[in-house]
Amino acid sequence: MITKLIFGLLWCLVHLVISICDLWSCLSNKLECYLISSKVLSKYQSLHLERLKCLGVVVDSGEAKNVMEVKQLLHWFSTIGIKYVALYDIEGVIKESLEPGMEASRDDKSMNSSDVCAYTKTSHGSHRHMVVECLSGSDGKEAIAKAANLLYSANYNCSTHGYGKINIVFTEADMACALRSVGGGGPEPDLLLVYGPVRCHLGFPAWRLRYTEIMHMGPLKSMKYGSIVKVLYQFSRKHQNYGQ
Amino acid sequence: MAESLISLARSADVKIEKPDEIVTTAGFGRLQNFLRKCTIAVLSCGPMPKHIAFIMDGNRRYAKFRSIKEGTGHRVGFSVLMANLVYFSEMGVKYITVYAFSIDNFKRDPSEVQSLMELMEEKINQLLENINVINKANCKINFWGNLDLLSEPVRVAAQKLMECTAGNTGLVLSVCMPYNSTSEIVNAINRICSERREMLQGEHAGSYNGHAASNGVYSDISVDDLDRHMYSAGCPDPDIVIRTSGETRLSNFLLWQTTFSHLQNPDPLWPEFSFRHLAWAILQYQIAYPYLEQTRKWVKKQL
Repeated sequence: MITKLIFGLLWCLVHLVISICDLWSCLSNKLECYLISSKVLSKYQSLHLERLKCLGVVVDSGEAKNVMEVKQLLHWFSTIGIKYVALYDIEGVIKESLEPGMEASRDDKSMNSSDVCAYTKTSHGSHRHMVVECLSGSDGKEAIAKAANLLYSANYNCSTHGYGKINIVFTEADMACALRSVGGGGPEPDLLLVYGPVRCHLGFPAWRLRYTEIMHMGPLKSMKYGSIVKVLYQFSRKHQNYGQ
Repeated sequence: MAESLISLARSADVKIEKPDEIVTTAGFGRLQNFLRKCTIAVLSCGPMPKHIAFIMDGNRRYAKFRSIKEGTGHRVGFSVLMANLVYFSEMGVKYITVYAFSIDNFKRDPSEVQSLMELMEEKINQLLENINVINKANCKINFWGNLDLLSEPVRVAAQKLMECTAGNTGLVLSVCMPYNSTSEIVNAINRICSERREMLQGEHAGSYNGHAASNGVYSDISVDDLDRHMYSAGCPDPDIVIRTSGETRLSNFLLWQTTFSHLQNPDPLWPEFSFRHLAWAILQYQIAYPYLEQTRKWVKKQL
């Protein structure tokens, strides 16, 4: 009993020490972000974003309710020159709050009904075109199930039309095509920023997450322009083997 | 069980000390053992993960930094995995999943792929030679992936090891090779289609009499149907996914199963991963646990 109590106290102490260390690293990170935003650290001033075709952002649904912060984030992305942002939260808060307010431009060839184009102004007054796609949990596993049904119905039709002995074996290419047909297509983010208490993708569409670099940014309420620049800089220096 | 796992690790040529073995270095081994057990006792005061998945990255870099043969890095990596099994068992972690070989890895230099296949065959056969030890440890070994892509000796050995350990109910080690998540999803869909086609054909032939309808052949494929046909069916989703060597991507690993997994990317290369890194990983998980558990419960309620 006493041993358990001692171990319990030690556990609390260890976590207290970790919290203090986290606080310290949070403060030093804030300082670094301030220096980046103030353009004191020269290495962050020129970002090479050629490899960043699509940026994914996962937001904790509780924090996604703060629409102004999400819009501020999008504005920063636009300022930096990001061309395509896939915004995701598991509950669909972003879809409900942001999509109606954006200029919608639907492309017939793009099957995802949540594709929109957003025109945002930079602080200098010029316009930049950035595509913002809003995703939710229903675009994850449920979309894969829908695509599976599409493939199954193709399989079923073959069976009922007398092709029962043909064993259709679907490939990843078939699945990708089926996903596009049900609106679950879309580019694979090269980088995924996770805004929330924990580094967890929370069900971001699996088919689009294969080789995505996943970075944890902390809570949305603590978001900083400098931390985005820092992460983009780190991303630009990454090298992927793609399994080779 | 820990004793049996230590024997297993020894049989895989791992240098590991037996608990309570008196070493010549003035009881240093006993002290290490005591400290490890105290650490586990302290960690156990908080939520402990049931399933940890590893992307064992860094074997080649380990060999390169030490100017040793590339294949040696993989061998050391295997030894580290065996050594860590003991710690998992002591901590009460029941499911361990490791990303041993990706389908994309076939794009590597053919000589490297060949040497990796040979290493896998050697190690699986070593485990088969010590099957009594594995069964005494009550350890179950699964191989998740498209085994048809493996060379026949490796495939046969892997299937044999799975059969020999199928009845064990202790620690479950799932080795993903050759695997990737998108292939797993497509495989699940193919299996569902195949099962339903057989049911339909049976019904048309008059041999199932309503079984097809009662088995949902005519209903839509659901997320649960896909879950049941994944390689990981019957296994809980990972609580933690650890990719060593500091890389931040999942590289097509368990994308379906990791909705609420805590993703960690510690800097050490896989052959450098030790008990203290594992302890730190669990501490980080314990901090993340309340949020993950709350979100998981909310989503379940919505369904």
